[in-house]
Amino acid sequence: MRKLILILLLLPVAQVFASSGLHLEPAQTNIRSKESLRNGAKYYMNYCSACHSLKYQRYSRMAKDLELSEDEVMENLIYTDAKFTDHMTVTMTDESSKKWFGKAPPDLTLIAKAKGNDWLYAYLKGFYKDPSRPSGWNNTIFKDASMPHVMWQLQGIQEAHFEEHEDENGFITHPFKEFSKVTEGSMSDEEFDNTVRDIVNFLDYTAEPAKLIRLAYAPWVMLFLVIFTFLAYMLKKNYFKDVH
Amino acid sequence: MAWMDARLPVTKMWKDHMAEYYAPKNFNFWYFFGSLAMLVLVNQLLTGIWLTMHYKPDAEQAFGVIEYIKRDVPWGWLIRYLHTTGASAFFIVVYLHMFRGLMYGSYKKPRELIWVFGMIIYVALMAEAFMGYVLPWGNMSYWGAKVITQLFGVIPYVGDTLLEWIRGDYLISDATLNRFFALHVVAVPIVLLVLVFLHIAALHTVGSNNPDGIEIKKYKDENGVPLDGIPFHPYYSVKDIFGVGMFMLIFLFIVFVKPDLGGLFLEHDNFTPANPMVTPEHIKPVWYFTPFYAMLKAVPDPLGGMIIMFSAIIMLFFLPWLDRSEVKSIRYRLLPFKIALSAFVLSFLILGWLGMQSGSTIQGYMTIACTFIYFSYFVFIYFYSKNEKHKPIPERVTH
Repeated sequence: MRKLILILLLLPVAQVFASSGLHLEPAQTNIRSKESLRNGAKYYMNYCSACHSLKYQRYSRMAKDLELSEDEVMENLIYTDAKFTDHMTVTMTDESSKKWFGKAPPDLTLIAKAKGNDWLYAYLKGFYKDPSRPSGWNNTIFKDASMPHVMWQLQGIQEAHFEEHEDENGFITHPFKEFSKVTEGSMSDEEFDNTVRDIVNFLDYTAEPAKLIRLAYAPWVMLFLVIFTFLAYMLKKNYFKDVH
Repeated sequence: MAWMDARLPVTKMWKDHMAEYYAPKNFNFWYFFGSLAMLVLVNQLLTGIWLTMHYKPDAEQAFGVIEYIKRDVPWGWLIRYLHTTGASAFFIVVYLHMFRGLMYGSYKKPRELIWVFGMIIYVALMAEAFMGYVLPWGNMSYWGAKVITQLFGVIPYVGDTLLEWIRGDYLISDATLNRFFALHVVAVPIVLLVLVFLHIAALHTVGSNNPDGIEIKKYKDENGVPLDGIPFHPYYSVKDIFGVGMFMLIFLFIVFVKPDLGGLFLEHDNFTPANPMVTPEHIKPVWYFTPFYAMLKAVPDPLGGMIIMFSAIIMLFFLPWLDRSEVKSIRYRLLPFKIALSAFVLSFLILGWLGMQSGSTIQGYMTIACTFIYFSYFVFIYFYSKNEKHKPIPERVTH
């Protein structure tokens, strides 16, 4: 009987693992690392924030959670005329951005929740040179994305190679095989991976700043409940002593 | 107290329903889920009230206001996660509660009405959950609402009018959000509370069933107290506190560590605002609706699919009259019943999994097979229970 209960409870969990189709390299972010979050914030503000807003995230909240002072944020991370307590919006209007990119760059506050960290990590590393695209760039994870490769100077320029695959119905697909470097960037592959990981980590944070709080509380809540449940069990056992 | 009792029989009510309400002494694990459903209901009401203090049922603001609650309202994130996790927990608890009823024949005479009230609660709960899911106004809220309301559009003759009446517009819009808010926070909760009251009132009239499926009121002592009964308070009030502890361990672990449970409790596509122009890659309801959603998808004709889907729920209402056997508990029923019940539960679980998949050809066949097994259970139980052989039923409860 107990086994059955366990199976019933674990079934939904097992399904989550069974149903994901795309296999992505784990991003291995660590939201508890303030250093990684600060580095991610720095690169985000430098490379992403001109086009992508974080409209639900306040600068002041970020400063508090990432242990940055107001001055540090105002001097190093805000490039607009925003105030310290403002949300992290962009000055570019949707209209002009549509004209430039064909599509307004989406707000990224919740992107880590919508797409998942692993997807973002693969996406940011997946840009390759493609002269057939208006921007000159394409992406292995998100085909024909309108976003150009903003970090090409860091990563360098890479080309993507695809293989031909025919399924049992004679349907031909071209899955991605590997990258090759055309020019080197200012960072080594490992440095770039870490930078991307920090950016993803920062986006994971902005998607849910409360994650820092709840994870900090979790062990204490569990400890309290273990003690509570144990005492409740002893009390129940004591009451049921005379029931046969 | 005497002053009070002369005006409202508080002491008598306490005795009748707690201190001198005799419940069978052999309740097991499966009997925690009634009180746990009550706990989750209270959780939903309280967190719901607090969410209402900040939420705005406005298509322009709803999505952003959820983020505001999670970021700027003190402890808002906790209130919201208690509510969203509570929704899923409600269904887990209710499904286990219903499974208990199936196993021990709790729906059978004289408890038919308790079962029927319970089933109406289940249906009301589904309506409540569906409308609540629309309120965050994410893209899955929007498209889920669109697909589910469209079901009513396939009804011949009145479909289009009905659809427009439900949505309050030609499409899912601000008007829909507003009425779903009203129904979610006022109308359905009132209905639920009344039904829960009736469910318990009916239960306390006939008394609880137990894992042996026999009536404890048959053998009473000289004071009229059932020999196999123990007063609900303090025995079961204390035991249920232990059940609450165990439940909270799992529940709060999810709330604090993994509130979206990998997209199962909070779906990824609902973290993008509602957008009528962009269809999510894979529209599916939250896990607790997926068994029925799978049945709906299995039938190519939308009206047929809807009839199958609603029949799957309606059949359960008739269970007390379909099962004609004199034996209640699975303990004293023979292998054919055990196999049938296992197949029924398994088909429901597999349908739940299938409802989440994008649907390959094999999955399509699996869905048809499982739907067939699901409905076969009711046919089987009707004919099998007519002259059902069973193990000897004890006179008094065993364990």
